[in-house]
Amino acid sequence: MSHYDNQGPSVFGIAAEYDDPDQLLKAARSAWDAGYRDMDAYSPFPVHGLAEAIGFKRTWVQLTTLVAGLTGAAVGFGTQWYATVVHYPYDIGGRPLFSWPAYIPVTFECMVLFAAFTTGFAMLIMNGLPQPYHPMFNIDSFARASSDRFFLCIEATDGRFKLDDTKAFMEKLDPKPIEVSEVPA
Amino acid sequence: MNKMSTAHKSYPEALRPVGELIEGKQTYESITDSITSVVLERPNPPGWMLMFVIGGMFTCIYGMSLVYLFAAGTGIWGITMPVAWGWAIINFVWWIGIGHAGTLISAILLLLRQDWRNAINRFAEAMTIFAVACAGQFPLIHMGRLWVGFFILPYPNTMGLWPQFRSPLLWDVFAISTYGSVSLLFWYLGLIPDFASLRDRAKNRFAQLAYGTVALGWRGSARHWFRYEMASLLLAGLCTPLVVSVHSIVSFDFAVANLPGWHATIFPPYFVAGAIYAGFAMVLTLALPIRSWYNLKHIITARHIDLMAKITLATSMIVVYGYAAEAFFAWYSGSEMERTMMWNRIFGDYAPAYWALILCNFVAPQFLWIKWFRTNVYGLFLICQFVNVGMWLERYVIVVTSLTKDFLPSSWGTYHGTFWDWMTYLGTIGFFCFLMALFVRFVPMIAIHEVRVTHHKMTGEHH
Repeated sequence: MSHYDNQGPSVFGIAAEYDDPDQLLKAARSAWDAGYRDMDAYSPFPVHGLAEAIGFKRTWVQLTTLVAGLTGAAVGFGTQWYATVVHYPYDIGGRPLFSWPAYIPVTFECMVLFAAFTTGFAMLIMNGLPQPYHPMFNIDSFARASSDRFFLCIEATDGRFKLDDTKAFMEKLDPKPIEVSEVPA
Repeated sequence: MNKMSTAHKSYPEALRPVGELIEGKQTYESITDSITSVVLERPNPPGWMLMFVIGGMFTCIYGMSLVYLFAAGTGIWGITMPVAWGWAIINFVWWIGIGHAGTLISAILLLLRQDWRNAINRFAEAMTIFAVACAGQFPLIHMGRLWVGFFILPYPNTMGLWPQFRSPLLWDVFAISTYGSVSLLFWYLGLIPDFASLRDRAKNRFAQLAYGTVALGWRGSARHWFRYEMASLLLAGLCTPLVVSVHSIVSFDFAVANLPGWHATIFPPYFVAGAIYAGFAMVLTLALPIRSWYNLKHIITARHIDLMAKITLATSMIVVYGYAAEAFFAWYSGSEMERTMMWNRIFGDYAPAYWALILCNFVAPQFLWIKWFRTNVYGLFLICQFVNVGMWLERYVIVVTSLTKDFLPSSWGTYHGTFWDWMTYLGTIGFFCFLMALFVRFVPMIAIHEVRVTHHKMTGEHH
């Protein structure tokens, strides 16, 4: 920590620990109502409404799916058109070269292939994964966040964040957290 | 849950659901423990050892069969003219079909909000990937010259050639490779949060590093879950038409040809239903013993078994409808060839295979109307074996009866698999078991975070 101290806050935030997803949800809403904005909640499974409670309401993952799907379809269809009409036209008993119904299966498969992989990777990239290190892992009990513990963390970057005040606020949260701890940066 | 149970009161007693989705008094921790401990702690039960060793042996036999095949050529198989397709294509369709239940469970049941899928989807998806891995090898080795296998792909080449884009065989290449890779992606994305659970619970350094690497630093952030759920939903939406397209395209291999018995519009829907039917039987074949070896009966409960048995029964009826429709079309077409083909199929040289198929796919699943067979694991396991055999016979009958007796009586003949056909086929079954054994040992076989969701729905407050 020593000489980095003057370059930024020495804490990442204050974390409150719960053992129930519904309590975490209430706590997140209270923190939002108290005016905190820079925060995140951590749970071992998706909790309905939790992202909305911390002010995260939309994602662009579906847009990448649409664009990639259309691209894939165009690439699939275009390749077949180019191969059978332009580059390697083959007259078999006068059958039409541009036999588009026969292109549909491959077009469809290319659409799914492009859309699916883009969706998967877009989700990971937007989430900033892979990310081997994160300050939250500094709390010992956070190992249970992948099993049966639920965390709310108000981050030091928030305008209203003051180490002592915020800590006091979180300790008085209703429902009461099991533990409130500083998260070292 | 009570609300759900009362809704089922309108069903007849014999078909009412049994048990709960999660049995016993569980917590988030006990759920995590019972699944992660299979990977991290539990010693290998004898059943698993048997599966691993026998699977491994047959994998070796498969390897030997392949070496001999590539050295000697496809003449070591029973294929001949006009039966050029033989077991390779039968096995290919059989394996691909088995894979389909995995995608049905993971994608279609997700869109339909069937929560019971949560306990079995991981398992079924793994089955899909391994079944596709087995299936994909058959068309390649059927070439006999594996080293020119890449000719089927459209790639820039000095010959200025393209593959035939108007052929169902080429569509197959795209369908199977897309299906295999998208299934793998969906499976891995589903595994990320569970790998994080393993990372956090692993005691030894190597396991921590290994699972930590594949978990990609997942920390369960609400923002991450939000995007994750959106991506899962989109992938499910993409996989649903994908799985239907894959087996439809496989059926085009037959239906687009002009041969009697193949050239039928019923093929795509009937193949897709058959695929799901075969797949559910295989999920049950694997799930019934494995849940018992690893004491997971409180997570894969009697309710899951009962529901899977019901889907098997329902799809069996669709498949039987397909058989009836085929026979009807053969008669109604007025075509001499179609009628002769159907007569040959039912009463000709291969009649025993046809009637065995009717026994396996029509008679045996009827027992599933009886609750005892849906809840008794031994009875159900036995029925599933009938289904596994029956679905192989179905493809055998379709391929062989049409090919041995086509338009020209002068070219009629007979066809039988040889020793090496058997070894190659059994070899892939061994390979499949071997991969499944590795999977249950190293990867959480049940989607832990999704079972937690089920637990939350059963116990938590509702919003």
